[in-house]
Parts: sequence; structure tokens; C-alpha cells
Amino acid sequence: MADIVLDKVSKSFPDGTVAVQDVDLEIADGEFVILVGPSGCGKSTTLNMIAGLEDISSGELRIGGQRVNDKAPRDRDIAMVFQSYALYPNMTVRENMAFPLRLAKLDKETIDQKVDEAAKVLELVPLLDRKPANLSGGQRQRVAMGRAIVRQPKAFLMDEPLSNLDAKLRVQMRTVVSRLQKKLGTTTVYVTHDQTEAMTLGDRVVIMRGGAVQQVGAPQELYDHPRNLFVAGFIGSPSMNFLHAAVQDGGLHTALGDVPLGDRVRRELEAADAPRELILGIRPEHFEDAELVDEDTRRRGIEFEAPVDIVESMGSDKYVYFTVEGERASAAELEELAADAGAADFAGAGGNLVTRLSAESPVVEGQSRRVWFNLEKIHLFDPTNGRNLTLHEGRAAGALAD
Amino acid sequence: MSINAAPTGAEAAVEKTGQRATVPTQRGGRRKPPLSENKKAERKLGLLLCAPAALVMVLVTAYPIIYSFWLSLQRYDLRFPDQREFIGLENYVTVLSNEFWWTAFGVTTLITVVTVAVELVLGMGLAIIMHRTLVGRGLVRTSALIPYGIVTVVAAFSWRYAWTPGTGYLADLFSDGAPLTERASALAIIMLAEIWKTTPFMALLLMAGLALVPEDLLKAASTDGATAWQKFTKVMLPVMKPAILVALLFRTLDAFRVFDNIFVLTAGGNETSSVSMLAYNNLLRGLNLGIGSTMSVLIFLTVAIIAFVFVKLFGTAAPGSDDGERR
Repeated sequence: MADIVLDKVSKSFPDGTVAVQDVDLEIADGEFVILVGPSGCGKSTTLNMIAGLEDISSGELRIGGQRVNDKAPRDRDIAMVFQSYALYPNMTVRENMAFPLRLAKLDKETIDQKVDEAAKVLELVPLLDRKPANLSGGQRQRVAMGRAIVRQPKAFLMDEPLSNLDAKLRVQMRTVVSRLQKKLGTTTVYVTHDQTEAMTLGDRVVIMRGGAVQQVGAPQELYDHPRNLFVAGFIGSPSMNFLHAAVQDGGLHTALGDVPLGDRVRRELEAADAPRELILGIRPEHFEDAELVDEDTRRRGIEFEAPVDIVESMGSDKYVYFTVEGERASAAELEELAADAGAADFAGAGGNLVTRLSAESPVVEGQSRRVWFNLEKIHLFDPTNGRNLTLHEGRAAGALAD
Repeated sequence: MSINAAPTGAEAAVEKTGQRATVPTQRGGRRKPPLSENKKAERKLGLLLCAPAALVMVLVTAYPIIYSFWLSLQRYDLRFPDQREFIGLENYVTVLSNEFWWTAFGVTTLITVVTVAVELVLGMGLAIIMHRTLVGRGLVRTSALIPYGIVTVVAAFSWRYAWTPGTGYLADLFSDGAPLTERASALAIIMLAEIWKTTPFMALLLMAGLALVPEDLLKAASTDGATAWQKFTKVMLPVMKPAILVALLFRTLDAFRVFDNIFVLTAGGNETSSVSMLAYNNLLRGLNLGIGSTMSVLIFLTVAIIAFVFVKLFGTAAPGSDDGERR
């Protein structure tokens, strides 16, 4: 077991493309860190550099305090789990799991004992003599995990290990992975493009975009205090709503009405180079049916009325989609997120507003409804660079903060 | 005894290969016993579509094979056409008890084993180089394939000139001159010419096999602690096994019928004849249709046995075959 330190690690290819740029990251011993981002963000390249499967162009990588830039993968004492499972098709499950131990020249008894132990943990005992071709996806995935844990390596590296499983199995395996990591206490770096996986699994999440780290933090912190537009849009499901907002006489003009601003944001906007157009971000759960809001709370937000498009009742609450008129929010980050999610899934920047209202709300499709939203929870972003203007010393403070 | 043994083996080979071809449909049939109307119509269409090709095959291959088998059962020498007569398996007794035949058989086997073994090793090396080359990939691959693109006879002549004392640039390598006139060196040169010519083909087939090895598998082996050699022997070779067997089969069948190089380089002198050379000499130069056909039939049977053995080996090595057995 060991800590992993990335010190200004970069990767550029001979043709000049930069896949990973100056990544600084300290992963503590035993920590479970998730690298997440859309495809092509450099997360897998970063993982491959830690594994030694990809050369590091510049910067330093230390595992357990030792510089390993020039060490071959086999000398780094790490185990990796692949999306394709990468099981050796000619070997049985037992032989697959024993392979790293055999290469390490352990004696047969120790190998058998360790393989049996790992097989028990992962419930693979009845499958030990089968070939990978005769296993289901979930079983193959467990064998791949088994091959990683038998060796008790310094760290586990996982490259989208659950992405080839169907949705139900993925949720099941998520808890298996999580429990296993807690039990073994081995430093783990896990790559995924699925923000739900990132939120549920990791101690800390690293969000990457275009080869650069956007924000590092605990899942809740990333959710509550996104540093920029990209992080805000990437984390959360359904994703945050984004609206165009024009700065006007110390307030904001938006499709949901005029939003008053507190002193702090106003001061920011008074600067000479401050943007005149902003992007307003509101998470679905910060809306509420205006009827259900008590007086005290009402004062902290504003209300608007809009036609109801679709109501999805989840039992515990309702997802209500409203149609709002007005200019669309546009920024490079939003386009990228939409492209990654497939335009249909990412409603954040469209003319649709996604809200999560209480189950008691009598909202009906096709009618208009008055809705309140919390100004203390909204975020304001600069569309030119994506910066979150409401963030103060790392905390998001809403629009009204003084 | 040996006369009987060969035909049964061959029959078995033919039968088995025939079976193999129908195995998938049998399996499919067993899983769903009653065939729907749709399936029947589909199968009928399939047979109809195959029919023209099958007919052509019967005309151009089955007929000559059967005809030469018929010839092999006769005493039939064009120099003495009056003595033509059906004699059963007597020709086979004559050939199989003849030392020239067995010498040629030994030479052919030696050439086959040595050239295929050397080609496998060199071809694998070449395949890995072609597979791994990052710069000038097209150029590397094209230049590696040039020997295979040259007509065998032309290449054989250039080898012959190269080894001709006095004028050849290679002849002086050995002090005593004329290497093509001595048995050992002549055989070595024949094998060299064969290897030079067909290694690229082997490499091409093996390269297709290399492409079958998933990149992730090699990465996994790296992180599991394998050295480059261990990755090659424990991961790449097993995964490539089917491709290697195909390459070996093709090359073995080819090598056993070696003719052009021997014809040009030594014309079979100094006991360097292969079985094909011998059959040619008897059939076309000796005009003995009976004996010549007997030899061709024997060559055909040997090749069929080789194919049968390889196909047997495939059975357990083809990818996905073991799940086929278990399901």
C-alpha cells in the first residue's frame, strides 16, 4: 500500500497533441479517488501513466515516495482492471487469477491459498475451473477484480471496470467494488465517464476536461460548490439548469424574471472587465411549487409562472419539466457537455427547465404553474471562462450574499 | 498392410472434413428440432446458391482425382499401349516397395519439416516487425512481401545462377565450387530458396493472428508482472494458436508439393527429387501413366492426412470451440 503523487504530470504525443496537462494530484494511502470526465478528457491516459503503460512526457510520478517515471509496469507493483476485463482466454479462472502470482514465482501452495481466498471473497469458487468464454459479463468482471486483489499490490487502477455491464449489474457491482476497497484499504484510482459512479464510489473525485483538472474534492463539495460551469453541468442528475442572464441596473434579467443581486456579486460585476452577460445555474431540487413554500422561505427566493410540459412522478417527489421562453444560455462548456451526454439527455442548456418538486404538488401537464426558486442556492457563471462568480473562498453563496 | 492403411486414413479424412462442414447446421438443428417453413426455404435457397460453385468444383477437381485413381489401377505405359490392363493395386505395391520412392519421400519430408519450422520462426519475427512498425509501415510491409511476389521459377533461376561456379556471386562462398552438384549442399540450397520465397506468406498469415491479440490483454500482462518474453509465450502465442495452425497447415501442404525449385536448381539429380518430381518424371517423361498416377494418388493421400491431422488440432484450438462444446 502506498500513496500516489502526480507532480505536474503531462502527456503530449509526437504530433503535438496534448492529452494531459500539468496534473497535480496527491492520492493518500488507502484513498479511493475517481477520475471522471467526458471521453477524450485525458482520464484514461492519466491512469495509463500511473500504470506505466504510457510514458510520462514531463513531470514526476511517485508511488510510495519513490519516483517511478522510468519503471516498467511490472516493477511498479500495481494491479489494473480493464473495461474489457482482459482475461486470458486460454486460461481457466484459477489460472487467470494465479497468473500474476506465478510470474512473481511464489510457491504453488501459497498461490493456491491466495487464489482460494480471493475466490471466496468474490464468490468465484464454483467457477474456478471454467474458461472466461463460459462466464457472464458480471462473472468475468469479478475474475478481473480477483486477479487484481490476489497480489495485494500497492494500488489498484481501474479503467471503467463497470462500463460493459448492464445497468442493474452495474449498480450491484458498484457496491461490491466499494465494499472490497473498504475492506482491503488499498489505494485505488478509478476512471469512469459516469458521474453517478463517481459520486457514489469515491472518497474524492477529480473532474477532468481537455487534459486538465477542473476541480478535486469530495462528491458533495463538487455538487454544492462547483468551481466552474463545466463541473456544475457535469455533476448531478438531472443536470443543473442553465439560463441566460443579462446584467441590468444592479440586477439580472432572466427568463424566470428579474433576479436581485447581493453586494458581493454586484461588486464583482462593477469591475471594468466584468461580463455583461452571465449564465444562471439552478439545480432541479432548488425549485418548489409556490403554493407549498412558507412565508419565511419565500423571502429567500423569487417566483415565476410557466407552462408545465411533462410531469414524472417518482413517488418521493416529482420531476416537472417547464417550457421557458427567452435566450438560450450558450458557452463552450455547455456545448461540450451536451455533445458528451447526447443532446437529448442534457437538457441543461435547452429551452426546458427541469425541476424537482414535492410529491404533494398538484401540478398538471399542460397547465401553467407558479414555481418558486431559492436565490441562495443559485450559481452565476461567466460565459467566457466558465468561472463561478458566486464562489467565495471555495464556498458557493448564492446571488444575495453581502 | 501399408497399402490398406493409407486409403482408410484418407477416407476418414474426407469423411471428417465433410462432417465438420455440416456440424453447425446439425447443432442448430439439434437445438430446435422442428424446422419452420421459413428455415426450410432459407436452407433450400442456400443450397441452390452453393450449387454452381459445387458443380464447378466437381468438374475441375473431383473428375481429375477420380480419373487418376482409375489410371493408378491399370498397367498403362504409353510406350507399350498394347499392354494396358487392369491390375488392381499392383502399381501401389510397385511404388511402395521401391527405394526411389522412399528416398524422394524422405527428401520431401525433410524439406517440408525444415522449411516450415524455419519459416515459422522467421515469419513470426517478420510479422512482429511488420505489426509493430510505426514509421513507414507500408514500405516495410511491401518490401517484406517482395520475395513472395516473384514467380517461383524466376526466383529459382536467379538462385541457380547465383550458385553456378565461375559466374555466380554465391558460388565462391564454399571452397570446392559447384554446391548444386552435391546432395547435402544442393538440398540446403533448395530449402534456402523455399524459405526465402515463402517466409513472407507465413509472416502475412501470422500478422493476421497478431491482430487478434487484444491490446488490453498485453497491458494486463504488463501490469501482472510479465516480461516481454513472458507476454509473448504466455499470452500472445496461446491467443494466436488458431492463426499459427492455419499458417502451418497452408505451408505444410504447399511445402510437401515442392517442385519448381528442385526442377530448376538440380532437376532432381543426386537424389534430390521430391515426390512431385518423381511423379512428374514417371508420368510425363517416362510416359508411364499407371505408375505416375499411383504416385500422384499417394501424394494426394499424404496431403489429405496432413490436412486431417491439422484439422483435428484446430478442433480444440479454434477460438470459441470450448464454449461450443459446453453449451
